[in-house]
Amino acid sequence: MSGFSSITGVTLAKDIRLEWRSKDAINSMLFFALLVVVVFSFAFDPRAEQSRQIAGGLVWVAFLFAAVVALNQTWARELRNQVLDAYRVSPAPAEALFLAKALGNFLFVSVLEGLMTPLFIVFYELRSLGPAWELLPVAMLGTWALVVNGTFFATMSLRTRSREIMLPLLLFPISIPALLAMVNATTSILTGEGAIKFWVVLLATYDVVFTIVSLLLFELVLEAE
Amino acid sequence: MKRFFPILAVLTAVLLSYALYQALVAAPTDQLQGDVYRIIYYHVPSAWTAFLFFTINFVASVLYLIRRNLKADAVAVAAAEVGVVFCTVVLITGPLWARPVWGIWWTWDIRLTSTLVLWLIYVSYLILRRFSSGSQTPVLAAALAIFGALDVPLVYFSIWFFRTQHPQPVIGDGGSMDPRMLHVLLLSWAAFLCFGFLVFWSRYRLEVLQRQLEDAQAQESLLEARSS
Repeated sequence: MSGFSSITGVTLAKDIRLEWRSKDAINSMLFFALLVVVVFSFAFDPRAEQSRQIAGGLVWVAFLFAAVVALNQTWARELRNQVLDAYRVSPAPAEALFLAKALGNFLFVSVLEGLMTPLFIVFYELRSLGPAWELLPVAMLGTWALVVNGTFFATMSLRTRSREIMLPLLLFPISIPALLAMVNATTSILTGEGAIKFWVVLLATYDVVFTIVSLLLFELVLEAE
Repeated sequence: MKRFFPILAVLTAVLLSYALYQALVAAPTDQLQGDVYRIIYYHVPSAWTAFLFFTINFVASVLYLIRRNLKADAVAVAAAEVGVVFCTVVLITGPLWARPVWGIWWTWDIRLTSTLVLWLIYVSYLILRRFSSGSQTPVLAAALAIFGALDVPLVYFSIWFFRTQHPQPVIGDGGSMDPRMLHVLLLSWAAFLCFGFLVFWSRYRLEVLQRQLEDAQAQESLLEARSS
């Protein structure tokens, strides 16, 4: 088990170091999310009362789109110089690689969310009527839901033609229940109406189910030739 | 097996025409809805048939991953395609009926929404198959089929909760169905099942032949390359 966690740790540390030095993923995500925020503010009239009703949807759609930008770059570096082939011939467990990539993406998307939240508050005059701290577990569960499936489907779309287009086509339909849960939980907290317990349980179930399936099937997809 | 194909074809033709007559002429007119209700004889059997084919796709995908049997993969492709076609019929006939009866084309009701999401998942499955090439396609597709199958209950529960919180104008089946109507409905389903399996069979044969052809061509070009 120590071998597993150390491989995960090493791969994760490598990805974070690369990202820290290049800032490729985070910069493109940030700018993309910023554009989405601005475009949405033209489409809807963001006044405090109304924006509380729609913010849950806006925030998560913006994060989802931005996450796709980062997820598409997950394997870009490994394709150059056949690093991915080296992974495949190495005896390291494939699940460790998957976990490292998923954790890395989780970290990047979380950083993005942390940076974008103040912007949303400013641009959309957001003030939560419910307990705002509850947004944190919802955001964490939701981000993991997007990222764990996203990392898996990024591996799948790697094997297809026009892979950048393929990822959202695979990811969005499967993510619908998770998105519904995130959006509704966020809206419930912001408006202070309705319970979020069901949505949190649903998100947690979604996370557990798809984390297990991804870990089980990842090796098959990585080795598929 | 091949001998049964013409038998199934004739049976399908007979059943479909008999079911059409039964549905349009023989079945009693609905007291509340009038003749418009008759679309149920196409809508509901299509839905049942679509769900059956999606189930076949899932079972075949799991079988493929366990046994690595390419025939299971051919079954999965054929079942997914036929399932999507029937599901499309469901999604088109639904609004056609809903407009005169509910007064709206579409409502985000649980059954409508989950059928739509199911359709979306399987369309993405077909797109994946189209965009990936070579021998890895079956593995990727089978993995996606498993993801899709696990997603369906989550979709159902999420929409169920979403809609029970915000009630929508939904008309359920209400009381029990006239036994004559049920009879025609089941007859219609039998006809659709036969039709579905007929198309599925042809599609499966086509897929198997296509693969044999591709293998033969690949071998031929290999031999040519070696001799030149």
